[in-house]
Amino acid sequence: MKRTTLVAAALAAALTLASCSGAGEQQTGDAGDSGTSPGVTDTSVLVGTHQPLTGPAAPGYSRISVGARAMFDYINENGGVNGRKIEYRVEDDGYNPTRTVEVVKKLVLQDQVFALLGGLGTPTHSKVIEFLNTEKVPDLLVSSGALMWDDPQKSPMTFGYQVDYTREGKIQGDWIKKNLAGKKVGLMFQNDDVGRDSQKGLDQFIADQIVSRQGYDPANTDVLPQISALRDAGAEVIVCSCVPAYTALSILTSAKISYRAQFVVSSIGADPATLTGLLQEFGKRGGTEVSAPQLLNGLVGTGYLPDVSRADDPWIKLLREVHQKYIPNEQLTNTVVFGMVQAFTFAQALKAAGRDLTRQKLVDAMSSGALEGPGLTPFGYTQQSHSGYTGAYVFKINPDTTTTEIQAPVVTDRENGPITPGTLQRKTPQEINLFGGTS
Amino acid sequence: MPEKSTALRDRLRPGTPAPVRTSAGLPPLVRHLLLALAALAVIVALSFVVDPFTNVRLATVGYYLIAVAGLTLLTGFNGQVSLGHGAFMFIGAYTVALLVLYVPGLPFWADLLLAAAASGVAGTLAGAAAARLHGPYLAGATLALAVGLPAVTQRFPEVLGGSNGLGFTVNSRPASLAGTVSTPQWQAWVVWTTVLLALVVLANLTRSRFGRMLRAVRDDEVSAELSGIHIGRTKIFAFVISAVCGGLAGGLQAFLLGTAAPGSFSPVLSLSLLAAMVLGGIGSMWGALWGALALVYFQAWSEDLTHALDLGTDIANNLPLAVYGVVLIVVVLAFPQGIQGGVRALWTRLSRLSRLSRSRSTEEGHR
Repeated sequence: MKRTTLVAAALAAALTLASCSGAGEQQTGDAGDSGTSPGVTDTSVLVGTHQPLTGPAAPGYSRISVGARAMFDYINENGGVNGRKIEYRVEDDGYNPTRTVEVVKKLVLQDQVFALLGGLGTPTHSKVIEFLNTEKVPDLLVSSGALMWDDPQKSPMTFGYQVDYTREGKIQGDWIKKNLAGKKVGLMFQNDDVGRDSQKGLDQFIADQIVSRQGYDPANTDVLPQISALRDAGAEVIVCSCVPAYTALSILTSAKISYRAQFVVSSIGADPATLTGLLQEFGKRGGTEVSAPQLLNGLVGTGYLPDVSRADDPWIKLLREVHQKYIPNEQLTNTVVFGMVQAFTFAQALKAAGRDLTRQKLVDAMSSGALEGPGLTPFGYTQQSHSGYTGAYVFKINPDTTTTEIQAPVVTDRENGPITPGTLQRKTPQEINLFGGTS
Repeated sequence: MPEKSTALRDRLRPGTPAPVRTSAGLPPLVRHLLLALAALAVIVALSFVVDPFTNVRLATVGYYLIAVAGLTLLTGFNGQVSLGHGAFMFIGAYTVALLVLYVPGLPFWADLLLAAAASGVAGTLAGAAAARLHGPYLAGATLALAVGLPAVTQRFPEVLGGSNGLGFTVNSRPASLAGTVSTPQWQAWVVWTTVLLALVVLANLTRSRFGRMLRAVRDDEVSAELSGIHIGRTKIFAFVISAVCGGLAGGLQAFLLGTAAPGSFSPVLSLSLLAAMVLGGIGSMWGALWGALALVYFQAWSEDLTHALDLGTDIANNLPLAVYGVVLIVVVLAFPQGIQGGVRALWTRLSRLSRLSRSRSTEEGHR
């Protein structure tokens, strides 16, 4: 008797849950009625993303979607793209692949997003790439430099965004070989494709200079063993292929054991403003005041987007305006810029896809090769390549945490090709003309 | 039993267990099997009416259910606290991942069985150590397991994929069902069939002689030993069974999501499982169902809430955990035996009321 009631209660609960989700289904039915693709109505288009708003990669990266949202607010206030406002839905996955799979399935199956934009992280996004391509959801501008996003045969819907880790590794290796010849190099890297792909590039130039290779796991916040091993191996240069939190931890840990090495940091972890914040925060947690500018002075990094301190750049001018208007209380960092540029680039593709919008048209617009962004090196998008930015410049952090370019942008490929100067005539925001002349 | 007991021990002791009842007249095994079949029928029916994503959630509830049920057997029935159950899910998930990637010919049910076996072996080792430890020492040792084990992926990045973990697709749906049954639907069926079978085994075990031994060891080791129960063996066996449940849960998770990565098996997972068990009700297998539902739906609801209220990210990030914490505190204060305890109390009151009104109406009839 008792048992039957319990079963009844369980059933009731299950049915309640079912009815809850029924409401969501109704909504997507309306979108379908307009005769276009999922997530698209006459006046709006819904895009989704997964971001680490919590967890080990959240310091720094959680601000990306803030920048993107501000840019979308700006675009929507100017009438949107082809008459459609962009709705931007951010799901937190905590940099946990299991959560990523769950939230992406939610975005696609329940919320019915038109496309995924800038899904962040290699360990996370690699678990949903097959699902997105099976469901034929455009998977644009993945926020990671792993090579696997650039595989049009296997993943026709997926497009990279950042310069990939191998290209960046080649440019760093080339720079080290020319400027720090004969110095002993130690590698500090995230123990996944970030590390693997970076070393593929670095090894082409400085394999004989490398004295130690140390991987870290983003679940473990103690990097003392790795940094000690690099010191014991006598490394004079540390190449850090790390996310911001682990760049900061590595710098702080080596300072703690009075180990001064020249840091060379990948674009994913070399944003001075983000690093300053992290160094101060981690220092405070450890009970010490740290002088971030002093720790960062002389750090070498690679990048492909205009630095936020370049006040004369027409793009930075626009981004500063957007920042002032929509997120004045947020510190404007290169990480925020990353999100803003990503959103702008997506809007460009959306415009090129035309008013009569389908998922295939968006993908075609991406691979047309016509996309030019605010970046300092060209995109690699063609029918055969889904690679994002194809090169990088090298910069040094000054004592006041501004940056100075010490090597002009160069471009290269992901294999053994040469490194050549990047010749790019950048268009200004006015020339791209996002809001006029709907195609 | 000692008069004075600590608060934790009180929480872990759900009072006198209900005597085994045979009111239905059927042997427990048959009754449990029939119940499981009915539940499966409900799941299958449900899977046809809900949208694809709810099917994913349904399956998620399923694998959490078996993990929490295993923990209930260990902690609720045997009194051993495990803060490291995520480690067994880790073993299950990686076993399935490796088998799918390297032995693709194997049918999926064999993968699952091997995953259960692998975590069973790990459970034996852990259980043998645990049987010698009590209270906080046991908790510490199991927590170490949850913290340490995922680091194995760093040691063997070539095989286990390092921090990136492993990604794969399990295609177990029979080709003949391709048109009529969607992938999430099929996945929900597979998960729930496995879970219900495992639950039948658990339900029988806890009602058998072995179940009484578990409770005897939990309540008083000395008197249990005096009655001829081998304490160590019983404790290890309880650990093994709950580890197998954890392994199954991990294997099913890998099957459902197509991934096994160290970031998914952080100590937070182990603690969430424990919290879900306390929330649902420690002394009962039904509690595991409430716990699993809470794990999946509190997260989902509080996220929907943050979307609806348009809260800042700092608040939105912490709201799900805060909501969960508050609910846990309220439930444990109101019903020390969890949601299931509350349901049971409500039921007793209702049946007493109905009995009262029935006797009153018969009285009136006599008049």
